[in-house]
Amino acid sequence: MSKRLIDLQHITKSFDGDTILDDLNLYIRENEFLTLLGPSGCGKTTTLRIIGGFETPDQGTVVFDGKDITNLAPNQRQLNTVFQKYALFPHMSIAQNIAFGLKIRKKSKAYIDDKIKYALKLVNLEGFENRSIDSLSGGQQQRIAIARAIVNEPKVLLLDEPLGALDLKLRQDMQYELIRLKNELGITFIYVTHDQEEALTMSDTIVVMNQGYIQQIGTPQDIYNEPVNAFVADFIGESNIINGLMLNDRLVQILDVKFPCVDEGFGCNTPVDVVIRPEDVELVAPENGMLEGDVISLIFKGVHWEMEVLANGYEWLVQTTQMHPVGAHVGIRVDPFNIQIMNKPESNDERAVELNA
Amino acid sequence: MRKLKRQLLAGPYILWMTGFILLPIAMVLYYAFTTTGGSFTLLNVSSIAFSVHFKALILSLKLALICTVICLILSYPLAMILNRMKTKSQGFIVFIFILPMWMNFMLRILAWRMLLSNNGIINSLLETLGLPMIDILNTPTAVVFCMVYDFLPFMILPIYNAMARIQPDIIEAAKDLGAGNATIFFKIIVPLTMSGVISGIIMVFVPALTSFAVSDLLGGGKVLLIGNVIEQAFMQEYNWNLGSGLSFVLMIFVIASMALMNSRGDETGAGVW
Repeated sequence: MSKRLIDLQHITKSFDGDTILDDLNLYIRENEFLTLLGPSGCGKTTTLRIIGGFETPDQGTVVFDGKDITNLAPNQRQLNTVFQKYALFPHMSIAQNIAFGLKIRKKSKAYIDDKIKYALKLVNLEGFENRSIDSLSGGQQQRIAIARAIVNEPKVLLLDEPLGALDLKLRQDMQYELIRLKNELGITFIYVTHDQEEALTMSDTIVVMNQGYIQQIGTPQDIYNEPVNAFVADFIGESNIINGLMLNDRLVQILDVKFPCVDEGFGCNTPVDVVIRPEDVELVAPENGMLEGDVISLIFKGVHWEMEVLANGYEWLVQTTQMHPVGAHVGIRVDPFNIQIMNKPESNDERAVELNA
Repeated sequence: MRKLKRQLLAGPYILWMTGFILLPIAMVLYYAFTTTGGSFTLLNVSSIAFSVHFKALILSLKLALICTVICLILSYPLAMILNRMKTKSQGFIVFIFILPMWMNFMLRILAWRMLLSNNGIINSLLETLGLPMIDILNTPTAVVFCMVYDFLPFMILPIYNAMARIQPDIIEAAKDLGAGNATIFFKIIVPLTMSGVISGIIMVFVPALTSFAVSDLLGGGKVLLIGNVIEQAFMQEYNWNLGSGLSFVLMIFVIASMALMNSRGDETGAGVW
């Protein structure tokens, strides 16, 4: 793996007595697309602002490329930010916006002109040099904001929910654009979002945060398939999270039915959270199911049908391409490797998981 | 029918505008270009070239300019300081600054006359402290002083509004791109508050230029502004033609100054009229 570029060590930050981050430890590798994912108020934006230099941590150190930059002002740091609301300079043309950072660095006019052309080409807005900011759509403005940041050749690009204000289609297009940009530029992206789909699509590494604590760090596949706790499972996609009892290694009891699974090492008769993704629930004929239930709702979602099946007192969320009408009696089956067993949090405060990633 | 109804709604305003704006302007124009007998003349307007009138006009322009510059110098830093304060205290400080506007204009001027007079509060205070007394009453200094006091809120408010409209993340973006404080000030804050500055300049310069009450009460008849000359023409000499002629000249200066400021303002999208 490539080297660690940014190292956040024991970062603590509070605002007006509210602790936003509590002893956060995280490192970011060179050329990584790292996403900070979590609900609003989880501390992801504060983390990004600490990296960008807009906030100073109460405690802890920010190390960038081997140097302590904790108290360095934003204009002294080798990174650039793309803001949620674009933050373009409204009194400047597009070319002037893009040239802003370069002029401060006293680059030659020829160099600046070249860079503007290059950056506009990179974000597919060639020939927009002299347009005014007002004449652009939201998606175009965001692309200019990205162009303005990348012409400075930062080592790291910080993106604070940059697609949050765009509509769905544009958001999806921009996700691909960002992946392309990251690959072409070969720089590190740190991306903040509350949208799990964005995180899964673009990231090399996802950091799931909640209430100032890191819940899980991993690849999108890890996070989706092997969530470490009920919060992560619930936040990353929809899931059935059911109380279970781990009877023994590879055997869990859910809703009074014994399910074979693949997890070991939880001990005997341990209460656990069981996560089953809706697409992993198979609907079969009643006699072939591990338990039986009735379809109580049915929604067409395009690619699949989404159903709720009431079985043994629990409403199972099911996504499948086969339609069963409301009222149909069906059997439920789950493959052992699709059952994810997780320890129950011992208390609400201790939801955070210590990670030595 | 609906269209007619909607047009009727504009009726009161049209009446108001005709009766109190258009008609008086038309009358000023009529008197300005006629003699007492009613025949056409340019004498009323060209009498601005008379030494007394011309001096008054120049003094008016000078004092208005000084007053505007002082207001600008006081207001801009204040607006910046205000903008950095917590929202709650911002409102309070703005309130303090516009509080004098709750008092009658004439009362405020008279109050300054009391404060500045030879045995007024300020001089009594200076005397007890053993400091030299100031004798600025009945001088242009006193007039400028009071005009600044009176017109300062009109400069502060538009600049403060423009400054408050600048999104914090625009400043952060500039910092992020490597800008130091000086660059942020000159490249971001100044251009983005230019519309407020221009509004402020117009709102201070125009009333300062046309004012006559301040110089009347604090100038003690020694500071003759063009406003005083016009007032005298109307009220003492009953020479409406001369008064109108000079008013017309003053109006041209007002319109010219506004047009000048506005042509500057167009770049930043500022328009106050």
